[in-house]
Amino acid sequence: MTAATAAMRDAFGTALLELGATCPDLVVLDADVATSTRTSAFGKKYPERFFNVGVAEANMTDIAAGFATCGLRPVVSTFGLFLSLKCADQIRNIIAYNNLPVVLAGNYAGFSDSYDGASHQAILDISILRAMPNMAVIVPGDAVELRQALEFALKRNGPTYLRICRNPTPVLFDDAPPFEFGRVRKLRDGSDLTIAVSGVPTFMAIEAARRLAARGVSVDLLEVSTLKPVDAQALVESASKTGRVLTVEEHTIVGGAGGAIAEAISSRCRAVIDRLGIEDCFGESGDYVLLLEKYGISSLNIERRADALLERTRP
Amino acid sequence: MLKTSDPAELQLIAKQTRRLIIEMITAAKSGHPGGSLSAVEILVTLYNDVLRHDPANPRWPDRDRFILSKGHACPVLYAVMAQCGYTPVEELKNLRKLGSIYQGHPDVRFIPALEASTGSLGQGLSLGIGMALAARLNQSPSRTYVVLGDGEIQEGQIWEAAMFGAYHHVDNVVAIVDYNKIQLDGFVKDILDLEPLVDKWKSFGWHVIDVDGHSIPALQKAFAEASATKGKPTAIIAQTIKGKGVSFMENNPKYHGVAPTADECTKALQELA
Repeated sequence: MTAATAAMRDAFGTALLELGATCPDLVVLDADVATSTRTSAFGKKYPERFFNVGVAEANMTDIAAGFATCGLRPVVSTFGLFLSLKCADQIRNIIAYNNLPVVLAGNYAGFSDSYDGASHQAILDISILRAMPNMAVIVPGDAVELRQALEFALKRNGPTYLRICRNPTPVLFDDAPPFEFGRVRKLRDGSDLTIAVSGVPTFMAIEAARRLAARGVSVDLLEVSTLKPVDAQALVESASKTGRVLTVEEHTIVGGAGGAIAEAISSRCRAVIDRLGIEDCFGESGDYVLLLEKYGISSLNIERRADALLERTRP
Repeated sequence: MLKTSDPAELQLIAKQTRRLIIEMITAAKSGHPGGSLSAVEILVTLYNDVLRHDPANPRWPDRDRFILSKGHACPVLYAVMAQCGYTPVEELKNLRKLGSIYQGHPDVRFIPALEASTGSLGQGLSLGIGMALAARLNQSPSRTYVVLGDGEIQEGQIWEAAMFGAYHHVDNVVAIVDYNKIQLDGFVKDILDLEPLVDKWKSFGWHVIDVDGHSIPALQKAFAEASATKGKPTAIIAQTIKGKGVSFMENNPKYHGVAPTADECTKALQELA
């Protein structure tokens, strides 16, 4: 693939900087990773509306909650791993429980903090955030979608978790219709198999579907960026048509996108479902792309798993 | 709502608040009497004298904020808010019952006049600092008061917030530690001692006022001193007695989280007559 690439974190930093001008209530908080998450540019331009709280994520999260109760629009920024684990109590018991309009920006998500190793890789954030009432969970497929999702989240009347990749990934949706909250994006119409993909692996699924098509396999390809609330109607429509669903994500298959999609489908129609993602294990250090490959997240593996699913009998 | 600065009048409200606490926890058959009784004068002084608030207009943007970070002591908050006219006094007996607005911990879904639902310890000071900073950004005169438990401040997040509050000169927030010396499992000094507590807050950069937490005039003076203190936040260390006002509950760890029996209730109400 030779498409242009862009990093979601850069798009995030640029978007905040620009939104600072039009959204006077925007307040940004970071926990000593502002250089990495790219919130530092906002901080330089709007120092009175930027709080680097130091290495104190829990405090940051509840301060943001306090801001939100007073009509401000806080964005809480740190690594997704720390946000989902160190701040799980603060997010669940204050932000979600009080249904406060806070944007939780989980940066360096998935394997994208690749060289830092397993302690820093957020591969269970979706499962945790998805289990909280009132929470919306958005996993953009590229930097363009990230920007649109951020703008949406800043207007949403409730908390939103936004998953952000550190590294450059192919730009997919520059000329596409804009992100729609709660709706899947249909990338290819087909009848043999549904591939429902979330996040960074979207470009891989596009490639896999293209190769499958070249071999005569017709793929219904859905990009599922909103994992909560998930677009059950579109997923069920597709699953009813194809009877076979392969989910793809850069996250543990325990409770992530595969979980959300399987839950939506299994109670409404009959289909065989296979979930491709990180098996129930920890990651390790290494190059981002090599890591993704090693843990089974590649277009070749998507194709392989699609072939295996096609062998299975439709229910 | 009775707004008064007369300590004698406030003392009467405090006594009635204690009676309501005993009655509602007895009816509920569960709850936290000890830490509710220890905080009575603090809350009565705030709600009936110090706080700028209006029960007829609970979302008034410039109101002062109150957060009960030690949410398990909600019976005292419910009793005080009900007497102010926010919620029905006669329903206090439904504490902790299915469908009651008086949930086991403060829940804004049931009482919209609360600033926030709380319950998981350690979070209220951060939340309050957020509200106080928002007031600064919004150029509002609003001040924020956060009541913390002494056991609660064993949580690390309290000290994250303490560092932050002083560093950012958040002088419109007041932390009140209900220092009743007892937590769920026993005496604080036997579990994880907080001393030297005044020095700890001072070393974190706070203005500290050590006060008898059952003396209404002393509390009034402390809140006035906090309001007059600029450039740094204030921590009021309120020296209190767990179970205050009921002889057999005072300083007795048992009554951290055990409801009085019907007989104990009768006896307690006689003492509070």
